Amino acid sequence: MGFLDILYFMVPVSIAYAAPLIFTALGGVFSERSGVVNIALEGLMVMGAFIGILFNLFFYDTFGDWTPWIALIAAMVVSGVFAILHAVASISFRADQVVSGVAINMLGLAIALFLTKMIFDKGQTDFIKKAIPNFDVPFLSDIPVIGPMLFTGIYGSSILAIVAAIITWYVIYKTPFGLRLRSVGEHPMAADTMGVNVNKIRYIAVIISGALAGIGGAIYSQTMTRDFGHATINGQGFMALAAMIFGKWHPIGAMGAAIFFGFAQALAVVGPSIPLIKEIPTGYLHALPYVVTILALAGFIGKATGPKANGKPYIKGSR
Amino acid sequence: MSANMSNRMINLLVPAIAVILGLLVGAIVMLLSGYDPVAGYIALWHGIFGDSYAIGETIRQITPYILAGLAVAFAFRTGLFNIGVEGQLIVGWFASVYVGAAFDLPKFIHLPLAILAGAAAGALWAFLPGLLKAKMKIHEVIVTIMMNYIALHVVNALIKTWSGGGDKTDRILESASLRSEFLSSLTDYSRLHYGILVALLMVVVMWFILEKTTTGFELKAVGFNEHASEYAGMKIGKNIILSMVISGAFAGLAGAMEGLGTFGNMYTRGGFTGIGFDGIAVALLGANTPIGVIFGAVLFGSLKYGSLNMPNAAQIPEEVVQIVIALVIFFVACGYAIRLFLTKISKNKGAK
Repeated sequence: MGFLDILYFMVPVSIAYAAPLIFTALGGVFSERSGVVNIALEGLMVMGAFIGILFNLFFYDTFGDWTPWIALIAAMVVSGVFAILHAVASISFRADQVVSGVAINMLGLAIALFLTKMIFDKGQTDFIKKAIPNFDVPFLSDIPVIGPMLFTGIYGSSILAIVAAIITWYVIYKTPFGLRLRSVGEHPMAADTMGVNVNKIRYIAVIISGALAGIGGAIYSQTMTRDFGHATINGQGFMALAAMIFGKWHPIGAMGAAIFFGFAQALAVVGPSIPLIKEIPTGYLHALPYVVTILALAGFIGKATGPKANGKPYIKGSR
Repeated sequence: MSANMSNRMINLLVPAIAVILGLLVGAIVMLLSGYDPVAGYIALWHGIFGDSYAIGETIRQITPYILAGLAVAFAFRTGLFNIGVEGQLIVGWFASVYVGAAFDLPKFIHLPLAILAGAAAGALWAFLPGLLKAKMKIHEVIVTIMMNYIALHVVNALIKTWSGGGDKTDRILESASLRSEFLSSLTDYSRLHYGILVALLMVVVMWFILEKTTTGFELKAVGFNEHASEYAGMKIGKNIILSMVISGAFAGLAGAMEGLGTFGNMYTRGGFTGIGFDGIAVALLGANTPIGVIFGAVLFGSLKYGSLNMPNAAQIPEEVVQIVIALVIFFVACGYAIRLFLTKISKNKGAK
C-alpha cells in the first residue's frame, strides 16, 4: 500500500473520530472559559450517546431518514438539562468541581445502563437502523489528492463539527456574550462590578457545554458503535477534555487537537491493515490514543494555563 | 451543648445526610421506573446480610474498597486527586498474579512477594503522573485518567500474550494464595480470604505515615500550602511524587487482593472494575481519614455486593445502586449546601 493510499484511508477515519471530540471539546471551552472545570464531559457524552441511540430506535418509523439528526437535538436537550446538576453543585453549592464532575460521570453511566437494562432487558441496546450517513461532496471530491482525502465518504456530522468550532470562536471572541463569558472566567469580581451577572453567565456556559457534549456523544454512538453499552464512550469525554487543554482553551485550537486525537484513534482502528504498524499487537494500539494524549500534554504545550478563575466558585464580597 | 450545633457534629452529619439523600433519590428513581423501592431495598439488605455466605462475600468485597479508599484519601490529604486508582489496581492485579503464577517459592516468601509486586506495580503506575505533575505542572487528574485506559488495554494485551491468545491468565500457585479454608468454611464456603487483614493493616499504616512520621507531616503540609512548605524548606516535587507513589501502592494492593484472594487469576476486561472510582466515594464519605475510609468501604462495599441480589429477588437492575453511589458523591460534594441548611435549623432552634 502506497503512502497516498494510507492517507486516503486514514484521514477520513480520523475526521470521523474527531467530530464527536470537537463538539465535546467546544463544550469544555464554554464551561472552562466561564470558570467552571468540567470533567463531567464524559458523563454528559455518555448521556448524549444513550439518548441518541434510544431516540433513533424509537422514532425511526416516525422520522425516517431524518431520525439521526433529530436524535442529535434530543441528545443535546437531555445532556444540557443533565448538565444543570453540575452547574448547581459547582456554581451555587460551591462544590469541588472535579469531585462533582466525577459524580456526574458515574451518574450518567449508571442512569444510562439502568435504563438500558430496564428497556432492553440486557446490557446493551439494539442496533439502530439508520446511522448518520456519509457521502461524497459533489465536485470537491473530484479534486485530485485532496478530494479523496477530505471530501469522500465524509459524515455530515463532521462538517457540522467544523462549522460549530467556527461559530464558537465567533461567539466567544466577537460577541458581547463571549466577552462576558471570558471576563467571568478570568476575573469574576471585576465582571461583577461592571454589572455582569457572574453566576447566570456560568450557568448558561455549563448548560451549553452539556448540550455540545450531548451532541458529541450522539454523533459518536450514531456513527461508530451504532448501539449503546457500558463501553460505548470509554474515555472519549476525557480525551475531549485533553483536546481542550491541548488547544489552550481556544475553540480553533481545541478543534485542531481533536483532529489530532482523532488521528491517534484512527491509527488504532486502521493500524492492523497498514504495513509496519500491523506488527504491533492490537491491544497496544488501543492504548495508543491515551499514550499520545499524555505525550501531547507533556511534550508540546509547555505550560498550559487555563482561565484564571477556573475552578473557583464566585462568592460575592470575598477577595 | 451551645445553642448552635458544634462543628464536629455537623462534620459527622453531612456524610450521613448525603447517604440518606442518596438512598432516598434511589428510591424515587425506582418508583418512577415502575419498580417497588421497598422490595428493592429489602432485596439489597438480604444480599448483604441474608446468610453467612452473603456476609462472607460482603466482607470480601469490602477488602479492595478499603484499599482503594485509602489510595484516594491519601492523595487527597496531600492535595492531589488520584483518579488513577482504577488503572493502578489493574496493573497491581496483573503483577501479583504474574508473580503468584510464575515463581515457585515457599509460602512465607512467595505470598509477601506477590503482594509486594502488586503494590510496586501500582506505585509505578502512579509514579509517572506524579513525576509529570512535579516536573511539568501537568494536572494529575487528566494524566491519571489516561493511565487508567492505558492500564486496561496494556494488561489485556499482556494477558493475551501470556495465555497465547486466550482471555485469562494461569492460576496462581497455592503458595501465593490469600485463600483461607478457615474463613471460607466459617462463611458457608464464600470466597472470603485473608486480604481483609491486609486491608486493615494498611489502614493503620496510613494513619501511622500521616500522623506519626515527619514524612507524613511534610506531605500534608505540601498539600495544605505549597508555598509555605517551600518557604519552610520542603521539596515540593519530591513530596508530590512520593505521595502519588504511596497512593498508587495502596491501589496496587487492592488489585493484589483481587488477584491473590478473590479470583486467583486475571482475565481480559471490556471495561473497568469500578472499584477505583468507587474508592473516590469511599474516601469522600470517610472525610479522607483512615478510620473514615473503613466506614465508607463497609457502606459502599456492602451496597455493591448486596445489589447483585436485586435483579433476582426484586427484578430491579443492580445499576440502581451505582446511581445511589454516584448521588452520594454528589451530595457530599454539595456539603456546603447541607452545612448551610444545618446551621440554619440549629440557629432557629437556638432562637426559641
